[in-house]
Amino acid sequence: MSAEIQTVKQIEKPITIHPVWYKLKNNKMTWIGFVIIFVIILTSLLAPVLTSYDPTKIYIVEKFQGPSGKHWFGTDEVGRDILSRILYGGRLSLGMGVLAILITAAIGIVLGTISGFFGGYIDQIIMRIMDMILAFPTLILAMALAAALGPSLQNAMLAIAIVKIPVYVRLARSETLVLREKLFVKSAITFGIHPVRIILKHIVPNSLSPVIIQATLDIGDAILMIATLGFLGLGAQPPTPEWGAMISIGWKYLLDFWWYPTFPGIFLFMSSCAFNLIGDGIRDILDPKSNS
Amino acid sequence: MLLEMKDVSVEFTGMRGSVQVLKNISLNISKGEILGIVGESGSGKSVTALSILRLLGNNAKTSNGEILFNGTDLLKIRTKEIQALRGKKIGMVFQEPMTALHPTMKIGRQLAEVIERHRAVSKKAAFRLAVQALKDVHIHDPELVAAKYPFELSGGMRQRIVIALAMAAPPDLLIADEPTTALDVTIQAEILNLIKELNNKNDTSVLIITHDMGVISQLCQRTLVMYGGEIVESGSTNGVLKNPKHPYTKALLNALPDLADPAQPLQAIPGEIMDLRHRPNGCSFAARCSIAGEYCRTHQPALVEILPQHYTACWKGEKEQND
Repeated sequence: MSAEIQTVKQIEKPITIHPVWYKLKNNKMTWIGFVIIFVIILTSLLAPVLTSYDPTKIYIVEKFQGPSGKHWFGTDEVGRDILSRILYGGRLSLGMGVLAILITAAIGIVLGTISGFFGGYIDQIIMRIMDMILAFPTLILAMALAAALGPSLQNAMLAIAIVKIPVYVRLARSETLVLREKLFVKSAITFGIHPVRIILKHIVPNSLSPVIIQATLDIGDAILMIATLGFLGLGAQPPTPEWGAMISIGWKYLLDFWWYPTFPGIFLFMSSCAFNLIGDGIRDILDPKSNS
Repeated sequence: MLLEMKDVSVEFTGMRGSVQVLKNISLNISKGEILGIVGESGSGKSVTALSILRLLGNNAKTSNGEILFNGTDLLKIRTKEIQALRGKKIGMVFQEPMTALHPTMKIGRQLAEVIERHRAVSKKAAFRLAVQALKDVHIHDPELVAAKYPFELSGGMRQRIVIALAMAAPPDLLIADEPTTALDVTIQAEILNLIKELNNKNDTSVLIITHDMGVISQLCQRTLVMYGGEIVESGSTNGVLKNPKHPYTKALLNALPDLADPAQPLQAIPGEIMDLRHRPNGCSFAARCSIAGEYCRTHQPALVEILPQHYTACWKGEKEQND
C-alpha cells in the first residue's frame, strides 16, 4: 500500500512546468518585445549613469552636431544631447503611457462590473455615458480634452485615460454578464455571500483576462497618443524631454539634420511595437480560445 | 412546520406574453423531514425550489400565495432579509457540481468565505472549520483537498464540497435540486447517504428534487409528483410508489427499465409535456392519459385526499373510490 502511494508521488513530481511559462517559452516575438521594453526601461532609469549630459541644459555652441563619439545621436537646435533627452524622455513617455492605461483599466473594470452585475438603470446610465464618449473619434476627443484641461503632460495622460475607458467598461461588462449567469456565481448567491464580495472575489478575478490583454495592447497605443498630443503641442511642454515633443520640433529640421527627429522616432516606434508584441503574447497565454 | 407553501403561482413574462409555470403549489416540510419532488423535465420542480429562495429571474412573477418559513412570508420580506436567509437558514445544492464552484479559488478559501459569512469567527478559525467541514462530508485528506482548485477534483468530490458549502451554516432547510443527476451510480449512493447522514445529525430538513424514483425511494419520507406546474399526487413515499393513484405517477413508474427482464421494451409515456402557453381547460395530463374520458378534458380536477394523507388530482381516481 505504502509502496503504491510512493510511486504515485514520484509520478506527480516531474510535472512542475507552469503552463504559462510553457506557452511563453516558445513565443519568440513576445520575448523580443520583452527584451526591447526591458532595455528601454533600464536605460531610461539608468540615464544619469549612462550619459553625463543634462537633458535640458542649453549649450548653443554645439547645436546641430551630427552623431559622433561625443554625442551618439547628435544634438538639437540649442545644443542639447539627443541621446540623453531620449533616455530621460523614455521615463515620461513609457511611464505616462502605462499610467494612463492602468487608470483607465481600473476605472473601466469597476464601472463595467457594476453595470453588468446590477443592470437596470445603473447599467443604462453608465453605458449611455460610454456611448457618448465612443461617439467621438478617440484622438479628436483626446485633443479636445487635453486642450480644455490645459496643455501639460499630466492632462494629456488624463485625456487619454478618459477616451479609452469605454472599451474597458464594455469588456468588463460583457464578461460580467456571462459570469453572472454562471452556476458558481448563482451558488455563491444561494450560499448567502454579499453582492459586493461576489463582485470582488467571484466576478472581477474571472473577468480580468480580456482586460489584461486589451491593456497590454493599448499601452503601445497610449504611448503613441501621448507622443501625438506632444507633437501637437498639447502634451509635454518644452523644455521637457518627451519623444513626441522632440519629434514635433525636430521634423522641421529633418532634411538638414536627419538625426534630430529620427532617433526619438525610432524609440517611439520600437517601444510601441514591443508593447504590441507583448500584448499578442499575453493574449496567446490568457485566451483559452487561442490554440497555440 | 418549517416551510409552508400555500397556493403559490409563478408566471414568466416574455416577449410573447406570459406563461404560468407554477399553478397553485402547496407543500409543507416539517423539521427534520425529507420531502421529494418528482416529475419530468419542465414540470416546474426547479422553479418551485428557486421560488422559495427568490432566485427566479426578473421576468418571473410570483403572483399569489405565500411561502412561510418559520412563520415569516419569504415573498414579503425585503431583498436584504432574504439575502441574509440564503445559506444561513436555507442552503441549496445545484445539479451540476462541475460548474458550481469558483474555478479560480482554492476549495478551502471558498468554504472559509461562506463560513466567515455565517458564523462570527476569525479567518484562521474559518479555515479550520472549512477543513472540518470537508471531513464531515467524508473527504479524505481534507487539508490536501482544501489547497486544491475545483478542476483538480472529480465530480463526486465537487458535489460533496458543494454540499459542505450549502451545509456550512448549518441551515434549517437544504434544497437539493437534482443533486445526483450528473454523477454515476456508485457516487450517487454515497451522496444520498451523505445527505441522509447530515439530515440525521443536524436535524436539517431536506427538499430533494429529482426525476429518479430510486432517489425518492431511498431518501424521502413523503413525495410530491409534479406535472405541468401542478402537484398531481402527494403522499407518503411508500404510498405513492407502491400504490400510485394518479395515471401520471403510474406511467412514470412504468417507464422505469426492468433490470430483471431486459428484453422487455421500455415503456415511454406517449406524447410530450404540454405547452404551458396553452393550458387545456380540463386535466393537464388528459392528452397523454390512457384512461382519460371526455369529462377529464373539460373539467379540472382538484387535489383531493383519496386515502388518508394521500392526495391526488384525478377524476378517475375519485371515481374508482366511489364505485
